[in-house]
Amino acid sequence: MGARRLFSAWRFLIATPLFLLAPTTVALAAEDAVVQAAVDALNTRSFDDKRIAATELAAIDDPRAAVVLEALLAGELFTERGSGRLVIATLVDEAAGPRAGYALRDAVTDEDLGETGRRGARRVTVNNALRRYLRGLVAGMRLRDADPGNRIAAVRAVADAADPDLGSLLRERLVVETESDVRDAIVTALTVFDLDSADEATRLAAIAASHGNLDGTVRMKLTALASDDPDAGPVHSEAVRTAAKDALAGIERTVARFQTVETILFGLSLGSILVLAAIGLSITFGVMGVINMAHGELIMLGAYTTYVVQTLMPGALEYSIIVAIPAAFVVSGLVGIAIERGVIRFLYGRPLETLLATFGVSLILQQAVRSIFSPLNRAVATPEWMSGSWEIVSGLSFTYNRLYTLIFAGLVFMALLVILQRTRLGLEVRATMQNRSMARAMGIKSARVDALTFGLGAGIAGVAGVALSQLTNVGPNLGQGYIVDSFLVVVFGGVGNLWGTLVAGLSLGVVNKFLEPVTGAVVAKIIVLVFIILFIQKRPRGLFPQKGRAAEA
Amino acid sequence: MARLLNHERGGWILLAVLAVLAVVVPVANLAVPADSVFHVSTYTVTLLGKYLCYAMLAVALDLVWGYCGILSLGHGAFFALGGYAMGMYLMRQIGDRGVYGHPELPDFMVFLNWDALPWYWYGFDQFWFAMLMVALVPGLLAFVFGWLAFRSRVTGVYLSIMTQALTYALMLAFFRNEMGFGGNNGLTDFKDILGANLQADSTRAVLFVVTALALALAYLFCRLVVTSKLGRVMTAMRDAEDRTRFIGYRVERFQLAVFTASAVLAGIAGALYVPQVGIINPSEFQPLNSIELVVWVAVGGRGTLYGAALGAGVVNYAKTVLTGTLPEVWLFALGALFVLVTLALPKGIVGLWRRRQQSRRNLAHA
Repeated sequence: MGARRLFSAWRFLIATPLFLLAPTTVALAAEDAVVQAAVDALNTRSFDDKRIAATELAAIDDPRAAVVLEALLAGELFTERGSGRLVIATLVDEAAGPRAGYALRDAVTDEDLGETGRRGARRVTVNNALRRYLRGLVAGMRLRDADPGNRIAAVRAVADAADPDLGSLLRERLVVETESDVRDAIVTALTVFDLDSADEATRLAAIAASHGNLDGTVRMKLTALASDDPDAGPVHSEAVRTAAKDALAGIERTVARFQTVETILFGLSLGSILVLAAIGLSITFGVMGVINMAHGELIMLGAYTTYVVQTLMPGALEYSIIVAIPAAFVVSGLVGIAIERGVIRFLYGRPLETLLATFGVSLILQQAVRSIFSPLNRAVATPEWMSGSWEIVSGLSFTYNRLYTLIFAGLVFMALLVILQRTRLGLEVRATMQNRSMARAMGIKSARVDALTFGLGAGIAGVAGVALSQLTNVGPNLGQGYIVDSFLVVVFGGVGNLWGTLVAGLSLGVVNKFLEPVTGAVVAKIIVLVFIILFIQKRPRGLFPQKGRAAEA
Repeated sequence: MARLLNHERGGWILLAVLAVLAVVVPVANLAVPADSVFHVSTYTVTLLGKYLCYAMLAVALDLVWGYCGILSLGHGAFFALGGYAMGMYLMRQIGDRGVYGHPELPDFMVFLNWDALPWYWYGFDQFWFAMLMVALVPGLLAFVFGWLAFRSRVTGVYLSIMTQALTYALMLAFFRNEMGFGGNNGLTDFKDILGANLQADSTRAVLFVVTALALALAYLFCRLVVTSKLGRVMTAMRDAEDRTRFIGYRVERFQLAVFTASAVLAGIAGALYVPQVGIINPSEFQPLNSIELVVWVAVGGRGTLYGAALGAGVVNYAKTVLTGTLPEVWLFALGALFVLVTLALPKGIVGLWRRRQQSRRNLAHA
């Protein structure tokens, strides 16, 4: 075998300069030859020789080399009886074990060599020392992978192996690594290694370096270092303990700060849902003085429209939600106009009667949806671009659907402001709201304005339904859950004041999320409800009451 | 008495019907043999008793809505609170006959591993104390809520929304197991009341008679209120609140008094409802229940006490029939009823009847 190894080394020597000089095709062929030669060199009985061959193989920066080394590590590298070439063998039948034979593939070319019996191939053996060495080699190769994600995974694997010998590999990599995420992972892994170091100076340095690091392993090690309980493990020197405690306290502060930010973000996202649900109501209630109890059902119609649009265009899930937004606006808007023309028109100036009549409409809409779509919840799929989460910094992330809801609520709010402040319709709406008879005297068709205003409020409810379909179950009772909340948001913010609705919705969302961890979700909700009830007693016109004559209209 | 029922033929009819029911139904249930055509089954007795409780609740709501113009969307909460007070008494009466056989704790507390009775359950083993609470708890809640609300002149739509939020918050609270009211399942499995077996036909018949009597008394009480000088002030407040205030009446005090009295009546109705139905759970607090109650009053005729009782009976009978035969149609029908009554029948069935009487009289004169 020694001669054979010499021969392959010779080929290796010839091949290398060729590889460096030749143009691409030749270079590839030459690299194949190099890999082949290095792999063949593994076919030796001596563990020392195997070690040298593996080192040479690892030095060639080629993915096939990593595959072969991993196979060797896993005990899947065999020599085929007869031809003597190296193959990767996997069991044909996991359960039956080697008796069922092996499926063979060429170690270098990956060519399928068919199956063989248990005696058809002989395993290339490794001992413990070699296995440890190989593990380091494989990790080192993985660290050079082209994909940063794979590199991070490799760093984590090295850290998990907790083999301090591999630390040097990480240090080498840190010098050349350019990707910041990978660098962070390496630094964390090295910190973990150094925290275990026997040398106190290194350990103290590592503790200093671990300030602000949110990695779970680092925190665990620091807690162990800070402990003065002899039962839990070795007690470290005073200096180490104090330093570790300091670092831990720093980390806790960072975590607490991130949690606060996260709670605010969650609160804003809940608040944005409230704003979306309430803002349509703010128009119909605030501008027209109409108590629309069917508002929740208009939201539900929007959610069902999303479902229908998605069912109609099964191939284009990614875009269906974009299509659903105008569709929901139109569907809910038209239903809203129908409600206004059919019922509310006759009840202006009698808010309590409107309340009852629209409640009747809401029951009819609910039962209609239940009869058409079944009482069960419908599944609305979330498009690819809305799933997953956005990692703002390590330890602080925000799911995309919540982020988009927040942005969407902002856009809808802005669109509504523009409509009310900058368009002809908005002007007429505001005029009718401030002084109906004067507006009519100026030639505004107030009946038409009423219908359109109601349609606008209803359409926005439908749009809110599209957003809700991404966050909750779409069922006939979807709207009921939001009607009480929406009314409270509008009343809390001050009727007829869009900005009030925005502030009220967002602040209620944030307060709710801050209360939740302390009291639990249900109690938090009860506290918020009671707070609003009491608040309204103090300031019956809400946070931002309308001033002047409009208030008494 | 004469003043009470003057010009109120509907009221006479209501009292007469109640008197007939209170005599005929128990007799037809207990004395008439089961195979006779005139036999009234225990199921029907319970059902009629339920309607009477609802009618009493409707009369209570009509007092505030019809005469004071305060639309409460939270009257179901007072009804349920009265029911819970009665339910707590009935739970304590079970004693050690529960599934777990604990001498003092109700089953659900044993199940939750509680080892002592919470302080607010003390005293409910005494009937008089429970009856006091039936009136006191809803009354106190209405008093505090009303005191806050009317003082700051929260009226109209705002008050409706606030009362709805109140019953919604109570529903969420009572759904919690930690509250000590049986959580989701509420209070049930009652055994007896004042030593009488609740499952016995005779007990049910007595409860029915008591309910009919209570409804008659509630009607007379409300009638007394609305025909008194207080009633005149109430009507004035309903029709022109500011003007009444300017004349010198402390509107908020009248509103508070009537609101509280109405809540107490609702609580008593709830207390009579629970032993007949055999269960009280947090779904009674649902905002939907309170709104449905408003429809009973609207259908019957707002501002006529007997009309409210009539509406409760008619709508609930329709509900029983429709949910039994065509469950899909019930919500459609209820929804349509809301719309139709507000659009076409602002004074309800009573208004329709009066209009017909009026036109017939006009024809006679012509």
